[in-house]
Amino acid sequence: MSELFSNIDWYDIWIATLDTLLMLGGSLLFTVLLGLPLGILLFLTGPRQMFQRNGLYAVLSLIVNALRSLPFIILLIVMIPFTKLITGTSLGVAGAIPPLVVGATPFFARLVETALREVDRGIIEATQSMGATTGQIITRALLPEARPGIIAAVTVIAITLVSYTAMAGVVGGGGLGDLAIRYGYQRFQTDVMVVTVVLLLVLVQILQSIGDRLVVHYSRK
Amino acid sequence: MIEFQQVTKAYQVAGRSIPALHSTELTIEAGQVYGIIGHSGAGKSTLLRLINRLEEPSSGSILVDGEDITALDAPGLRRFRQRVGMIFQHFNLLSSATVADNVALPLRLAGELDRRQIGERVRSLLERVGLSEHADKYPAQLSGGQKQRVGIARALATEPSILLCDEATSALDPHTTRQVLQLLAEINQELKLTIVLITHEMDVIRRVCDQVAVMDGGRIVEQGKVSEVFLHPQHPTTRSFVFDDESSTDQAEDFAHVPGRILRLTFLGEATFAPLLGQVARATGVDYSILAGRIDRIREQPCGQLTLALIGGDVDAAMTHLAAAEVHVEVLRG
Repeated sequence: MSELFSNIDWYDIWIATLDTLLMLGGSLLFTVLLGLPLGILLFLTGPRQMFQRNGLYAVLSLIVNALRSLPFIILLIVMIPFTKLITGTSLGVAGAIPPLVVGATPFFARLVETALREVDRGIIEATQSMGATTGQIITRALLPEARPGIIAAVTVIAITLVSYTAMAGVVGGGGLGDLAIRYGYQRFQTDVMVVTVVLLLVLVQILQSIGDRLVVHYSRK
Repeated sequence: MIEFQQVTKAYQVAGRSIPALHSTELTIEAGQVYGIIGHSGAGKSTLLRLINRLEEPSSGSILVDGEDITALDAPGLRRFRQRVGMIFQHFNLLSSATVADNVALPLRLAGELDRRQIGERVRSLLERVGLSEHADKYPAQLSGGQKQRVGIARALATEPSILLCDEATSALDPHTTRQVLQLLAEINQELKLTIVLITHEMDVIRRVCDQVAVMDGGRIVEQGKVSEVFLHPQHPTTRSFVFDDESSTDQAEDFAHVPGRILRLTFLGEATFAPLLGQVARATGVDYSILAGRIDRIREQPCGQLTLALIGGDVDAAMTHLAAAEVHVEVLRG
């Protein structure tokens, strides 16, 4: 057993796991904070919606599509000057969070837009007929009705962020991915690679099952 | 009172203007149950949604209790909408909220009552529609009829003076439809509420409405008291609605081979039950044969219509006799 895992420094693994969790938590928080309003805006300005604005929707859509089509590994590098500007460093957990957020937010906004479109138009009409303001329609009808869809979107984006954090290792972002590349790949320490991959797998499983449970809990249909 | 003054509505589709409602004049008196019947695409849904401005008119004005609602600004429109309840074919309840929370929603949006007052109002509304024991359930756990009763309780929450019903019974089975219509009729009486409903079923009109407008191709083609329109339909569209489910064409031509004078008698109210034909036959010596007939109720009022052939005896005296009774007589063939 100790033969098999001879290369492993469990303290390093522990620190890397913490870093991954920090990157995941931080970037998920900002992705939701930025992506939810962006998704609502995409929905409202979209075709045949309450605030249909073809021009604005086209511009937002283009930006979202452009960011989504950029490979994350490229985004990581392109973002370095900007990251340094807002966090003071492009390394470690703090350096990884801005590119993670920029990489995940457009995807999350699209998922939110789709979840909102699933809400029956009749519900919007009924709420309008009660004399609701647009803000009330969003907070009292649209978001509660779309809640299971939005929770599913958060789950998808959390798992996407786990794989993005692994890539952040390439530019010195820290975390399990960083460990896997530096020890598992560059130093041929396969056991380190195996342990990190297993840990990432466990993390993804946990996130998915939490998400699934919450979706079931909030689904009333 | 709701008044449409030269109201038109056209939709812009791919740069072209598609008329949905041609210039329309319509007056709905306060406290009435006003039915609008038409096939799909006739413009009835558009007309209904103009009343609470879910659709904006292209021209003309709509007065509600003398106030031009087409001139309202956004806050004014929101306050106005709180005075107009609406129920829907597919109920449009929030699936994520309990029955009680659905009914409370318009009150929370209006923000005029505190929690305790909202709780009390919701309890009494649910009691009124017979759903007290379902307050904590979610809509998915209810039957169609129960969902619509939640819709009605929700629509009444802000104590509106007008209730708009958008095909409110079209998704329900006949038995449940009758229950929901009964509830609407009771509410109309208890609350002196004006009800405007749209439907494609003559049965709905006959059961609850005082007045009816028949729509076809974006126009009102016939309107008046339900008894009048139901018993003496003029426009082909109206005739198709009235006679569709009665397998009776009521046309004199069908009786070409029948001898004698052909009459159509229309009874309304208690006259429907009077033994009139026997009396007339004995007094004047005419014989009669019944060619077609229907006996029904319009709201609570009994009504009947018989097509007869009168043969032999003193036919003219029989006519006089009939005309003296509370019966509307039409000669279909002399």
